[in-house]
Amino acid sequence: MEGSSIVGNIHSLQSLGTVDGPGIRYVVFTQGCNLRCGCCHNPDTWDVKGGTQYTPSEILEKIKRYKTYFGKDGGITVSGGEPLLQSEFVTELFRVAKEDGINTCLDTSGSILNDSVRKLLSYTDRVLLDIKYTTDEMYREYVGCSLESPLRFLDYLDECKIPVTLRQVIIPGLNDNDENIIKLKEIADAHACVDKVELLPFKKVCKVKYDNMGLEFHFEKYPVPDNDTMIKLNILLNT
Amino acid sequence: MEHISWNGFKGGKWQDEINVRDFIQHNYTEYTGDDSFLEGATKRTQKLMKKVESLFELERQFGGVLDIDTTTASSLTSYTTGYIDQESELIVGMQTNRPLKRGVNPFGGMRMVKQACEAYGYTLSQKVQEEFRFRTTHNDGVFRAYTDEMRLARKCHVITGLPDAYGRGRIIGDYRRVALYGVDRLIEEKKKDKAMLAKANFNTDTIRLDEELFQQITFLGFMKEMAAAYGIDISEPATTAREAIQWTYFAYLASIKEQNGAAMSLGRVATFFDIYIQRDIENGILTEQGAQELIDDFVIKLRIARHLRTPEYNELFGGDPMWITEAVGGMGQDGRTLVTKSSFRILNTLYTLGSSPEPNLTVLWSTQLPEGFKKFCTKVSCDTDSIQYENDDLMRPIYGDDYAIACCVSAMKVGKQMQFFGARCNLAKLLLIAINGGYDASSGIHIGPQMPVLAPDKLDYDTVMERYKIYIEWLANLYVNTMNVIHYMHDKYAYEKTQMALHDTYVDRFMAFGIAGLSVVADSLSAIKFANVKPVKNEIGFVTDFVTTGEFPKYGNDDDRVDLIAKDMTHTFIEELRKTPTYRNAIHTLSVLTITSNVMYGKNTGATPDGRKAHEPFAPGANPMHNREENGALASLNSVAKISYDDCRDGISNTFSITPDALGKSDEERVVNLVGILDGYFAKMAHHINVNVLNRETLMKAYENPEAYPNLTIRVSGYAVNFNKLSREQQREVISRTFHEAM
Repeated sequence: MEGSSIVGNIHSLQSLGTVDGPGIRYVVFTQGCNLRCGCCHNPDTWDVKGGTQYTPSEILEKIKRYKTYFGKDGGITVSGGEPLLQSEFVTELFRVAKEDGINTCLDTSGSILNDSVRKLLSYTDRVLLDIKYTTDEMYREYVGCSLESPLRFLDYLDECKIPVTLRQVIIPGLNDNDENIIKLKEIADAHACVDKVELLPFKKVCKVKYDNMGLEFHFEKYPVPDNDTMIKLNILLNT
Repeated sequence: MEHISWNGFKGGKWQDEINVRDFIQHNYTEYTGDDSFLEGATKRTQKLMKKVESLFELERQFGGVLDIDTTTASSLTSYTTGYIDQESELIVGMQTNRPLKRGVNPFGGMRMVKQACEAYGYTLSQKVQEEFRFRTTHNDGVFRAYTDEMRLARKCHVITGLPDAYGRGRIIGDYRRVALYGVDRLIEEKKKDKAMLAKANFNTDTIRLDEELFQQITFLGFMKEMAAAYGIDISEPATTAREAIQWTYFAYLASIKEQNGAAMSLGRVATFFDIYIQRDIENGILTEQGAQELIDDFVIKLRIARHLRTPEYNELFGGDPMWITEAVGGMGQDGRTLVTKSSFRILNTLYTLGSSPEPNLTVLWSTQLPEGFKKFCTKVSCDTDSIQYENDDLMRPIYGDDYAIACCVSAMKVGKQMQFFGARCNLAKLLLIAINGGYDASSGIHIGPQMPVLAPDKLDYDTVMERYKIYIEWLANLYVNTMNVIHYMHDKYAYEKTQMALHDTYVDRFMAFGIAGLSVVADSLSAIKFANVKPVKNEIGFVTDFVTTGEFPKYGNDDDRVDLIAKDMTHTFIEELRKTPTYRNAIHTLSVLTITSNVMYGKNTGATPDGRKAHEPFAPGANPMHNREENGALASLNSVAKISYDDCRDGISNTFSITPDALGKSDEERVVNLVGILDGYFAKMAHHINVNVLNRETLMKAYENPEAYPNLTIRVSGYAVNFNKLSREQQREVISRTFHEAM
């Protein structure tokens, strides 16, 4: 397990991330995803076979160049794709990053929980967990797994006391309703590890990626939420 | 020595010698809090600013120049007094007799003045032409001495923007001296220096200095006359904050009446003013509101300062800038911060008076600055796009803690160092000239060593570098000699007596060279090294294009393979420059800064091996080329940070545009994240950054509907401009630059 033989399939590296975790973050986007969420804005990360191969230490060498920017809050975020598909690689990356005093953050759908993932979480300082919907029906229809999976993942995070930011993309017509927000709040309240809930407005700038790949963007039919809706839902969330 | 105006100040060396730094160190009050104490604009200020804004609008309607006095050569006492609104102004003094009316200044050169008048529908009066008929201008002198080769280098634009037809600028008088000591004391000290000099052997250097001292003393006298016309006696030290600001402003005003230098920077006045403001507040004769009013009124005066320029000049230096650069903040050598409440107050003018390119507010950033000040700065950046940042932790060990910035990025000790401004040479064009063996295909001019054209099927890196170095050596020598001519003549025919009177008699001089096209050269050499570059010849056998195939690393992605090519290039060039001695033993320095001339440089440069097409703009300053960055904003910053300040002591300019969404989700997050970016970047020993937080769409809307965005200010290359004052071409170039966006 230890070692230089592990490689990750990387979609891209972004030196400035300010929206995926606290502070300024270097973001590693892994290649490959097990889900096919309708609202996905990175369809180019789906294919598990694509990407560029890097070893954990190669990535670490790059990250170290940005340590001066991290301050007390920032660090590295691994996003995707689904990083849990490459949990051994991410584990090793987080392990060496932490050795270097770099804060680690994992952006995931929480759809996989096995021993390898549990080991990865032991090197994770924070999880950004997407709870895409709050009903099992919607999960099965628009995500491709059960609501049970991320909730089980969240229970485990709670057990390990790993700080969690819950995130949900708000899509008008699907989850921009009060019941959903109240349910999301209930989930958050039931887990002491959740210290932050973020509602993200659905965006359609990714359409061009679908077009370039010759894929249909099924969610194009949904509108983007207006500012007032986001404010209203945030107020409901925080009261 | 004691003076009644100094009551309440802690004494020190500064009383017995001219030493403003010592005065500041003994008397300033550092401020480590936040911006909550600040006051807004008073009714008086709002009313005055409204009047100024309507004048700006009128100026726009008149095509950029409101009025020209064509009958008077500008000098300290050549105009009667002028006001915006005499009753309500707290600080007085006008360049001519009316706000925004421009004077003519033929001392640098007559031709440029005539052309500038004509460009705006005026004719330079016979009177002024007569007055200068038997007078040699700086421009006359330079062209008497220019060699054929210097003229050719200028003509083919391999060296451009030389200050040979107008004032060289980039000299900062220590304007504070007038407030602290009064003019009489300054004259007395200069007379002492002159008397001392009389004991020396007289040679070229001493005779020149002796005459300069005579001129300095004379013009200090004129400064008093100029102030007296406004009913103010500046012979003695200032007694109140209002007087300190007024005296300082008069000193600056005298300088811009005498000189039309490209950059007429202010220095570092805010913390100096703060000492007087603090004393008045403690004495109960000034309130916070009153303090802000004084700063506001002073800044209004700076915002209406103008010089008359030609349209060609604007192509190089777009947006009608004066570079009234004020250095704000920084740390002291004793570990205390030099941030005072007045550092906040001067930045606050961007709220009380609205955003504006002038004065060119430049924050001297240190990772040690108080958090409250850091956050206020980045908040101002997010809200106004009007300030720039330079690395105090990098400069303080070299210049101490009383230096300021001339123009955009040129550091110098206030009153102790000055520079000979030298524009820049075009290193991308030079690469093409080298490949063509001494032929500039853009202009059809043969120049430099003549050699065979280098046009194999695939350019070989070592062969190209060997060839390039021959031409670098040639150009560096020509460039230094050209500058020597310019500055000899400027000293002889357009000496800055007012500003130099506000310097120590014995100053250090820098000769500031510059390069344009660094990122084009780095990427081109990288293409030659790592990809396949095939030169394409035209019908007469010269290379005019390249076919580049294959991948190559590009500057701006934190990739050492190419970034070090850029770094080595600056090192090679400054080393070559140092081989040719300078006029007055000035210290050779180098900048990577283009102002807005990157558009013009591109226009005059053929296709390059990096894939840039002929005539396409360069990136500004030390920026990576547009849209070649693949790893985001910080990777781009890291690439620029590798250029060494030891090689580029005249500054390394980087302009950084980021969308609000990419900087964070809320205003509070953006403020904090920008602090993080600045701390991180400057910890890498980077030198300078302009920060714009805006969406490209805003600029596109302003491009289509200028009237709807009269005050849109953006940072370009070392300074800020009103977007609407740029040419259409410059606007398009700004729009096409990289905007770091959220993914």
